[in-house]
Amino acid sequence: MSNSIRKWIFVLIVPVLVIGILASMGGSAGHGVALQSANVNLDDKPSLQRGAKYYQNYCSGCHSLKFSRFNRVAEDIGISTENNMSEDDVTKLTNELIFIRGEDGKKVKVGSLMKTAYSPKAAAEAFGTSVPDLSLVGRSRGADWIYSYLKGFYLDPSRPVGVNNTVFKDVGMPHVLGNLQGWQTLEHAEEGEHHGAPKLTISKPGKMTGSEYDKLVHDITNFLAYVSEPAQLSRKMYGILTLLFLLVLFGFAYALSKEYWKDIH
Amino acid sequence: MAAYPRTTEATGILGWVDERFPIIQTWKDHMSEYYAPKNFNAWYYFGVLAMLVLVIQIVSGIFLTMHYKPDAELAFASVEYIMRDVPGGWFIRYMHSTGASAFFIVVYFHMFRGIMYGSYKGKRELVWLIGMALYLALMAEAFMGYMLPWGQMSFWGAQVIINLFQTIPVVGDSLSIWIRGDFVISDPTLNRLFAFHVAAVPLILVALVFVHIVALHTVGSNNPDGVEIKALKNEKGIPLDGVPFHPYYTVHDIPAIVVFLMAFFAIIFFAPEMGGYFLEHANFEPANPLKTPEHIAPVWYFTPFYTVLRAVTLSPFMGTLAMFGAIIMLFLLPWLDRNPIKSWRYRNTAHMLNLAIFAAVFMILGYLGVKAVTPEYKELGVRMTEIYFLFFAVILIHSKTNLSRYVIGFIVLAAVVVGIDFWRYNPDDAVSAGQIMWQWIWPIGYLALTLLLPLMMRGCNAEQTVPERVTS
Repeated sequence: MSNSIRKWIFVLIVPVLVIGILASMGGSAGHGVALQSANVNLDDKPSLQRGAKYYQNYCSGCHSLKFSRFNRVAEDIGISTENNMSEDDVTKLTNELIFIRGEDGKKVKVGSLMKTAYSPKAAAEAFGTSVPDLSLVGRSRGADWIYSYLKGFYLDPSRPVGVNNTVFKDVGMPHVLGNLQGWQTLEHAEEGEHHGAPKLTISKPGKMTGSEYDKLVHDITNFLAYVSEPAQLSRKMYGILTLLFLLVLFGFAYALSKEYWKDIH
Repeated sequence: MAAYPRTTEATGILGWVDERFPIIQTWKDHMSEYYAPKNFNAWYYFGVLAMLVLVIQIVSGIFLTMHYKPDAELAFASVEYIMRDVPGGWFIRYMHSTGASAFFIVVYFHMFRGIMYGSYKGKRELVWLIGMALYLALMAEAFMGYMLPWGQMSFWGAQVIINLFQTIPVVGDSLSIWIRGDFVISDPTLNRLFAFHVAAVPLILVALVFVHIVALHTVGSNNPDGVEIKALKNEKGIPLDGVPFHPYYTVHDIPAIVVFLMAFFAIIFFAPEMGGYFLEHANFEPANPLKTPEHIAPVWYFTPFYTVLRAVTLSPFMGTLAMFGAIIMLFLLPWLDRNPIKSWRYRNTAHMLNLAIFAAVFMILGYLGVKAVTPEYKELGVRMTEIYFLFFAVILIHSKTNLSRYVIGFIVLAAVVVGIDFWRYNPDDAVSAGQIMWQWIWPIGYLALTLLLPLMMRGCNAEQTVPERVTS
């Protein structure tokens, strides 16, 4: 057998074995409910702005975003003089995001961290658990999880706040958006094709239609996905520039190497 | 002045320095007159890439240290401060986190290169041993670094690793308390691991890299043919198959470095989490000693050894021993593989199969380490662990291509595997028993391929003559 054939056999055996042996296994047991896709789009600035508005109105009372600052968030979601806004408009709109007050009783400064006024102690008394900060929920749980979670509340009289959730079992949080979405009940699908898959139906309609509510939840999810990693807005652009530079550098480096090695046989 | 005769022909600043420090001789010894074999292939890039990553890690690490707070109350927030408020902080942090994984990718290729071409042979045992010490130091460095962001995986991963020391009989409890500096993992633990991560271990790493290279340059580099190029020299004493490291390999390495950087920066800018393998999702949640994550998986580069740990269920201490044993075995390679032929190219096909299966088994062990345990995967973990250790026995047997050696080796090793199965077999536990009853095929099949195949196909036992000169 020639050495070049042996080399190919060597190279091919490894992936064939890895894939072959793992394919002979039955596969691992999946757990949890299938999540719905949130279709995050961070270029959609109006969606991020609506998401920020909804978040501040419905969520920020309890959930802090303690690693983010008001003015940075405002700038990143498009409240910026770069978008043909006057300085006054930017200041005014940024201030509209601020719902918390400092010790002096005035709204905190625009450069402040987005903390919440709700104390962990009060939260523990009300819900039996601390209220998590949501700065990083977009990375720890993922956007699809947030989207599915906000759509997954259903009535469950056995729970202290009267609702349960399909993706977060026995959650302590009440369905804050219940008046908008309406109230869902859970039915387990019949045995068979979608064995045990939860099916939610609206039993008491809310102020919004299904598609309106989906859009609202999408905006909030979009916003939280941004908040979890603000660098996302720019890093891909740097990536393209870096790769283009390296591609050019490779051309020169390769030519230099060829030139030096042309006499070595 | 006569008491100090000039020792150098260089003049000017270089001459001034060279009279006081052998700068010209050092440059010649390690660069311009260090003769490396001219037939290096792509596998030989990983050494220089490992050095590159070390530099990236040190430089990015210095900048991270300027903003990071080693304090259980502040650590997590300080990392997010770096990610959001420090200008370019996210870039520095992703360089460091991606660099950690890149380091292991590069080092695993570098090590496998050494195994394939027998680079621990021919007075190169120390090069290999120093390299293995580097690998150990690197694992310690990575583990400690992973703890610093103080996320859930930092905390619970550290819990798993430090509890390994607790499994040691008699001294385990006091030892683990001594390591933690507390009864539980807490602020003192974080502080001491920070000290080790930013000062102690990097010093050891840099020192070992230096010694690794000095030892290598003393013996000379091996090559894909396993030919000792110093055996044939021209009238000036220059190896016929050697080229000066500088400029030939310096310019040769640059395109490879650029290709590596393309992959490296593509990850940093487009997929810094690498789907949760380079930065685990659960680590974006602050450490919470009261909440055990439902699934604790170490970072990918530790998972092969983690599977070995989980596979040995005899007792926790035996599991720990098996895990460290898996690493210790690699140290012993120069003394296990006694075959005089270095490169797999000229060794028999059975040896080639042995190497390929070992690589595949290492990857499967790694895959299993990130997965939750099912009865099937658990048994597969045991079987792959068996093959991992059998590899070292087979490589010892392959030292001589004597067919009766193979047969005796097969009988003894297969008996060990079957013996362990008899001892493990418990008919009351139908699920595990069922898995044992079919997955024996992996280790026995492995032994058959590497030890019995040469009996049936003599061609698989044929070694080739190593050429005098390097090829291509």
